[in-house]
This record gives sequence, structure tokens and C-alpha cells, in this order.
Amino acid sequence: MSFLELKNLNARVGPLPILRDVSLQVAPGEVRALVGESGAGKSMIGKAILGTLPDAIRITGGEILLEGEDLQAMSPKDRRRMIGAKVALIPQDPLTALNPARRVGPQICNRLVDILGWRRREAEARVIELLHEVHIPAPERVMRAYPHELSGGMRQRILIASAFAAEPQLIIADEPTTALDVTVQKQILRLIRDMQARHGTALLFVTHDLGVVSKLCQSMTVLFGGKVLEDTSVDQFFSAPDHAYSAALLAATPKYTDPGGSLMPVPEATIHAVEAEIAAHDLAHQTETVRQ
Amino acid sequence: MADGRAAAKRRINPRLWLSGGWLLILAVAALAAPLLAPQDPLAQDLFASRLPPMWQGGSEPGFPLGTDSLGRDVLSRVLYGARIALLVALVAGTCTCALGAVLGLIAGYYRGWADVVISRLIEIWMAFPPVLFAILLIAVMGTGLTSIIVAIVVIDWTRFARVIRAEAMTQGAMDYVASAKVAGRGRFGIMIREILPNVLPTIVVLLTLEMGIAVIVEAILSFVNLSISTDDPTWGSMIAEGRAAIHHSWWVLVVPLITLFLTVLSFSQLGEGLKDHFDPVLR
Ligand SMILES: Nc1ncnc2c1ncn2[C@@H]1O[C@H](COP(=O)(O)OP(=O)(O)OP(=O)(O)O)[C@@H](O)[C@H]1O
Ligand SMILES: [Mg+2]
Repeated sequence: MSFLELKNLNARVGPLPILRDVSLQVAPGEVRALVGESGAGKSMIGKAILGTLPDAIRITGGEILLEGEDLQAMSPKDRRRMIGAKVALIPQDPLTALNPARRVGPQICNRLVDILGWRRREAEARVIELLHEVHIPAPERVMRAYPHELSGGMRQRILIASAFAAEPQLIIADEPTTALDVTVQKQILRLIRDMQARHGTALLFVTHDLGVVSKLCQSMTVLFGGKVLEDTSVDQFFSAPDHAYSAALLAATPKYTDPGGSLMPVPEATIHAVEAEIAAHDLAHQTETVRQ
Repeated sequence: MADGRAAAKRRINPRLWLSGGWLLILAVAALAAPLLAPQDPLAQDLFASRLPPMWQGGSEPGFPLGTDSLGRDVLSRVLYGARIALLVALVAGTCTCALGAVLGLIAGYYRGWADVVISRLIEIWMAFPPVLFAILLIAVMGTGLTSIIVAIVVIDWTRFARVIRAEAMTQGAMDYVASAKVAGRGRFGIMIREILPNVLPTIVVLLTLEMGIAVIVEAILSFVNLSISTDDPTWGSMIAEGRAAIHHSWWVLVVPLITLFLTVLSFSQLGEGLKDHFDPVLR
């Protein structure tokens, strides 16, 4: 059974669809990439799962199942407990993901204390252990620091440690390296991969970097305009992509063997074809609702 | 980078120290007024009227800053006036701040209908001209210290509510709030533990500014005789009396005027200084 399953999830801002019948599954221990261009709705999927969607965005249909239980059918409190105990987030921007007015230590111990009912002492010991694991020198000192006293890479390491601390079954990583510079990006990706392998946590990895996908992930979901275009294994995708858009996306990604030649944008004709496909989908959806 | 910030934190901010120093001296003087004041602030002595301050010829010992036309000691009256001014600043400032900050936080963080109600209320409130509003309130409630404080709170809470609402809204959209939510915190818990510490510097700055405003409002109201009974020494009533006597005893006007000026200036400078002080640490 898959650990996380989205079934025909629909979300809107006013009348405008943001997610269109999105279905995807993450098995225990699986590393799945969620790929798509900017604005495709990748972050919204993550937020829908975590229950942190902005007020303007409403879920209009579909189910979010965690271990077979529908999150939307739960009371907000039960849902918070379930998410807090089983799912964690590695955010995109480590600068705004830590509260600037509070010391680092108490912030990253919160979940252990509040949700899992650990004693603060134990929680601190556990977090310090994890900080060692993500190669933070002098963790005791870092715990007492304020976020602005630490570098971006340090902050992201701390957030990774904090995400793994409660041994969640699933971690959602929303472009965890885009806010960092290139050399740090590589370290952080390697760190996430090592931590994932060691802890056996399932990972939903949001990115638009296919290079990262090929190194880190087993399966992937390609998203465009809030609609899933392809749901496949990474090997399958890189050898023979199914959808025309996926093929174009692959062609647009630089290759080590031929860095210049492969750098071409997704052709407009492909984009138009996908847009037509989405329009057809919306129309079908509408007539279906009318008929009901 | 961390070193630069630490240095900025350690550097002495003269604005902060000067204004804080004056307010501290004033607060101590106000508290110890019964010990420090050379005379009873209400005692009239027509034989000792219009005595000049001690550095001028014709002064008398025991009246270091001279006397007014009824022979009351100016220094003693300024000291007792400080008690009233600071009491109003403290109570009115704190109440205004508490009311405005709570409503602003709720509107800015909870949004939804709470925000709609509070924002409408602020808009309607701000449509009233404040001075008219104050005079109306005091006409209804009668003069007295309580009326002044209530008037200040009722008029000025919107200043806090608007600013804090905007700040809470920006903070509420930050990722750390989402993280706290994922970590299982409830809405109220997030507001108190995550949002409040971040708007606290703004609240403190606004609070000091509001205290300055309270002092000046109290002075204006006692100047136009809408404050407490004319017997009690307030800076505003001293200024009003001093104005009438400006030609033969300037000190009756100048001493409370300078004290008032320095106090209001200190409150606003303290606010500005605190803003600078908080800034490099948090932004
Ligand atoms: N607060 C909001 N209110 C209304 N619409 C929003 C809001 N946030 C995002 N959207 C819309 O939702 C859509 C999906 O946004 P989302 O952030 O999920 O994109 P993304 O795939 O994560 O892109 P990126 O790679 O840039 O992060 C976009 O069209 C965006 O305009
Ligand atoms: Mg995003």
C-alpha cells in the first residue's frame, strides 16, 4: 500500500483551476520527484498535503490519503497531529523558514515536544545527535544561536536535521536548494540523499532540475498547468519519455556530453498542444459536472 | 557578518541613552517628589509671589526656580506635575497599546471575518476628527484623570491596530509559520509563540511614541482646562497660567514648557532609538 495517495485532487483560486485531477502515490521509502515549470502547482500540492494552503486557494474535490486515511475528513486537530507525527517539510528558503526572533534550538525541538510528547531534555539530545549527523560543528552553540547568526547552508542543514528528527515516514522537500549557491547546493543534495538512505524515509522531492532527479529519485510525476502529464519511473523517463512535453523537457536539459547543443527551449508547438489538452480536460470536467 | 552585527549591537546609541536618561531622571524625580520638592506645590503665599529663579537678583532660598503670581513654588509644581504626566503616559500608553495590538494581531493573523470586522471598525473610527472626539468624550464623562486616559485609549488604539495588523499579515505569510503549523502548533499558539516575538519590537517602539503623545494630550487638555481640577499642578495648567504672566515672570511659563518639551522629545527619540537598536538584529 502506498503511504501517501492523492486521488483526483482539484483546487481553485476563485474560478481559476490550480490543480486539475491530480493523482499521485508515494510508497514507503520511495523517492519521488515532482517536476514542472514555475507556476505548475508543485508547491500547492505540497501545501495541500501539509494543510498549509493560502486562504485564497480552496480544494474543490478529490482525496488526500495518508496510510489510507482521508486527511480532509479529519478534524483540524487530528489532522495536525497526524501530519506532525508522520510528515515533515524541508522548505525552499531557509531564511524565512526559521523564526528570526527565536533561538534555533527550541524551534527545532517543538515537534518532538508538542506532537510526540518527548521531554525537552530528550528532544534536545536527539536534535543535537541529528545536528552531528548533518555535519554541524558545535551543535550546542548553534542551538543557542539566532537564525541571522548562521549562514544559509547552515540553516538548511539545521532544517534537514529538524525534518528527520522525529523519524517521519514522509518528507516533502520543496526545491530545498534553490535559495543556496551552487557549491552549497551539491553538499545539501548529497546530504539529503544520505539522510534519506540511512533513515529510509519516503521523499517527495519538488524540483525543476532534471539532473537532480536522475541522481536522487526513483520515480517521478511531471506536472504542467496543475495537471499530471506523466507518472513514471526515472529510468523509463530518461530512456523513453511517454508524453511529448516530457520529451521536450528532456531535450531542453543540458547534458554533460553535449552541454551547448541540448540547451533549447521547449518548442511552442508542444506547449500549445499541452494547453489544448488541458482545455479539453477542463471542458470534459465541466460537462461531467453539469450532467451530474 | 556576525561580528559586524554584534558590534552594531554593542555600540552605544547616544539618542537612546540621552532620552532614556532624561526619562529615568524624570521618573525618579516624580516618584520621590514628596522628598525632593522644597515646598508644598499647592501652598500659596502672596508675600512670596513672583520670586525670580535663584540665579537672578531678588530670589529667595527654598524657591530655586522662583514662584508664580500666587506665590507657589515652580520647582515643586513641576515635580508634582511630572507625577501626573508620567502616570497618564504609563496607563494610557499601556492600555492603548494592549487594545490596539491585540486587535491588530487578531485581524492580521486570523484574517477572515475577524479581520473584516476589525478593519471596518478602524475605518469608521478614523473618520472622526480626534480632537472633537476627545472633547465630546470628556464632555460626556466629565473632567478628571480617568476621562483623559479613556479618551486617549479610545482615540489612539487604531494607530496600533493598523500597524500591528500589517506586520502580523507579513509575518503570517512567512515559511516559519507554515513550519510551525506542520509541526503541530495550533493557530493561537502560533500567534503567541511565533508572530508576537516578531512584532514585539514594533509594539515597543509604538508604545514609547504613544507615551509621548499621551503626555502632550494631557498637557493640551489641562491647558484648555479640560483636565483635572485646576488646583492640581499639571504642566498644561502651569503653561496656561504662565502665559498670562509672561511679561513680569517668564520663568512660570518657561520652566514647565522646557520640561514638557524635553519629555515629549525624549519619548519620541527613545522610540526612534529603539527602532535602530532592534533593526540590525532582526532584519
Ligand atoms: N496565494 C496565492 N493566491 C492565489 N494564487 C496563488 C497563490 N499562490 C500561488 N498561486 C498560483 O498557484 C499556481 C501554482 O503555484 P505554485 O507555487 O504551486 O507553483 P510552483 O510549481 O511551485 O512554481 P515554482 O517553481 O515557481 O515554485 C500559480 O499559478 C500561482 O499563480
Ligand atoms: Mg514552488
